Amino acid sequence: MKSSAMRDLMALTERDDVISLAGGLPDTSSFPPESYASLMRTVASESCARALQYGPTEGFSLLKRCIIEVMSAEGMEIDTDEVLVTTGGQQVIDLVCKTLIDPGDVIVAEAPTYPGAVPTFCAYQADVVQVTMDRDGMRIDELRATLDELDRTGRRPKFIYTVPNFHNPAGVTMSLERRRELVRIAAERELLVLEDNPYGLLRYEGTPLPTLRSLDGGEFVIYASTFSKILSPGVRLGWAAAPSPVLQKMNIGKQSADLCSSSVSQCFVAAYFDSGPWHDYVRSLIEIYRRRRDVMLDSLAEQFPREAEWTHPEGGLFIWATMPDYIDTTDLLARALEQHVAFVPGRAAFVDGRGGSAMRLNFSGVDEDDIREGIRRIAEVVREQVDLYGTLTDAGAGAGAVPQSGAADPVTGRRRTAPAPGGPSGQLEPSAGDPDLAKILRLPAKRKRAGSG
Amino acid sequence: MSRIAVLKGGRSLERQVSLKSGARVEDAVARLGHEVISIDVGADLVARLDAERPDAAFVALHGRDGEDGTVQELLEVVGIPYTGSGVSACIRMADKVLAKHAMRDREIPTPDFFAFSETAFKELGAAQALPAIEERLQFPIVVKPAGQGSALGIKFARTPADIPAALVAAFSYDRKVLLERYVAGRDLAVSILDQGGIPRPLPIVEAVPEQEDFYDFESRYEIGRTRFVCPAALDDAVDARASELALEVYALLGCAGFARVDLMLERDTDELYVLEANAIPGLTETSLLPQAADAAGIGFDALVARILEPVLAR
Repeated sequence: MKSSAMRDLMALTERDDVISLAGGLPDTSSFPPESYASLMRTVASESCARALQYGPTEGFSLLKRCIIEVMSAEGMEIDTDEVLVTTGGQQVIDLVCKTLIDPGDVIVAEAPTYPGAVPTFCAYQADVVQVTMDRDGMRIDELRATLDELDRTGRRPKFIYTVPNFHNPAGVTMSLERRRELVRIAAERELLVLEDNPYGLLRYEGTPLPTLRSLDGGEFVIYASTFSKILSPGVRLGWAAAPSPVLQKMNIGKQSADLCSSSVSQCFVAAYFDSGPWHDYVRSLIEIYRRRRDVMLDSLAEQFPREAEWTHPEGGLFIWATMPDYIDTTDLLARALEQHVAFVPGRAAFVDGRGGSAMRLNFSGVDEDDIREGIRRIAEVVREQVDLYGTLTDAGAGAGAVPQSGAADPVTGRRRTAPAPGGPSGQLEPSAGDPDLAKILRLPAKRKRAGSG
Repeated sequence: MSRIAVLKGGRSLERQVSLKSGARVEDAVARLGHEVISIDVGADLVARLDAERPDAAFVALHGRDGEDGTVQELLEVVGIPYTGSGVSACIRMADKVLAKHAMRDREIPTPDFFAFSETAFKELGAAQALPAIEERLQFPIVVKPAGQGSALGIKFARTPADIPAALVAAFSYDRKVLLERYVAGRDLAVSILDQGGIPRPLPIVEAVPEQEDFYDFESRYEIGRTRFVCPAALDDAVDARASELALEVYALLGCAGFARVDLMLERDTDELYVLEANAIPGLTETSLLPQAADAAGIGFDALVARILEPVLAR
């Protein structure tokens, strides 16, 4: 859980005189206002009463048809009864925890993990065990070791939480081989996996990879996604596709949480999908975000001191930068705020205090000039601290006495380093016994399907 | 009925706490029958004060600008009476180095310390002096920014290798930092409230960390990780001595209205040491000054009334 001091610091990043690379905001300014007005007119004339009424908890089937279209674009075939419409993708995380987690239960997550999931996991008093990542995503060897260690102490995770595509915050993508391994492990050990895929369609380079759900066929994977990044976070609509026993329980959980997601929003999104090819808008977003990502990567290469490392995301919204280990990015943020620039300190993505030298940088929510200026300002405060440390350790300003720097990319000459985002170790913390083992949900093993992917 | 401007928020790192303090003060001021003018302090502060011309300003700001004399100076210029300490006292309290020098000169016990500016390290080779400092202060050493009011930027250095990173962190908050001897023991806070023109100590609050020897200041201020006990269970003599020291510091630094003085009671020696004084301690539901006032039978509204009383009488 973030400390109160860090929460107070993060609140300052929202000041309007601050260039905030801290948010995770998509750019909604490119959506044409006239389209919005026309769609709302359609909703008013064609489905006014429905839009103003409660809807079914699982969501309108007209919206589920849109979801099926989006999932199909990512290579997944699914029926409407396998989908639960939620209030944003965030509600999927909440509902999965509500359905599966008793206090003290184990969730395995990546290190770092999505900062927005951390408070949810903590609110359900889960024991979060984090597995480090490299440039190919979650380290499967470490995952196996973690699961074995948990097994030895008689503990069984309720689920494994992962963001395989363009990870938030790490910016890396899980390789196909690891996806296959993860799905295999889930099947072998009959473990649920929560695949959070908000950014899958926002790919700026490289070849799309199959989702975990498509590899597993929906046996052990709970799939979560959202309209937030391909249309609008303001509509607050996401969805889950899950094995039926889990989906039923999530449905009950959603009834008690909010009865149903906004009918107005569902009608709006359905009208939007009816109005024409939705891919065109996603393509326009991809163009905007690709340029912004490239501007940020170029600015980092030009401005950041050589002691820093960062990831090269093939899509999504975030870059994860790692400073020398003597720089604490929570403290650095205080200095950065004086220069009217902000980022998310890495600690927000860990439950165990790691990530102190890392930061998450968002490139989707601000324009190219602000990205250049924001990175310049952050680089300046980082350089000051590197120089000061050099002076203090008598090693000459900024030279030596720092951890090894990442290797330059042989093709671009830019530093495109894998993050080792977790810091020193992925060691499994010894955990207390689990008295509620019997309550752990065990899905019946279904017939194994041949081949995948 | 008077018109009271409540100044809150601002741009300091303690903005959030200040918004909570301010909101609570506003409610109390309204219950006391005054008109509240709520001001989130920003670039339009002077213009707002000029336009509103309140009878008095209740300064519920914490940290930079609000507690270091800046806003007080502006209030002097605009000619609006305000709560709490004046400009010079605020400057002395906000700078821990100034406050500690003043205490040391007056032989008020404060943990041994050394303070440096960033320039001293960058241009005058102060790093060469670190071994001598470390030998004199002994580890662990507390490294803190001179001007930061909250726990942000305070680090424990357990070995010489920890010192450079701790200094880099502290310099994130201020151009001046201090290295201070760590006093292991009990963490005490004495709040002082002027009552009828005479400063009087309120019951002492003790911050008890849930985990012993927990060297992480930030965690000590997390809900659930620290318990606050008021009045602290102290020997009468220690209680009296702590209050007496707090009053001496209050007078020495020229405080007015109210303030909070933080002390350590050293475990091994039973000696008391003054760490710092706070010009505008927190006024939230969980803050120490309201807890201490409550223990003395002074509810929050009465506390606000007493703080306002001398200002409105001016």
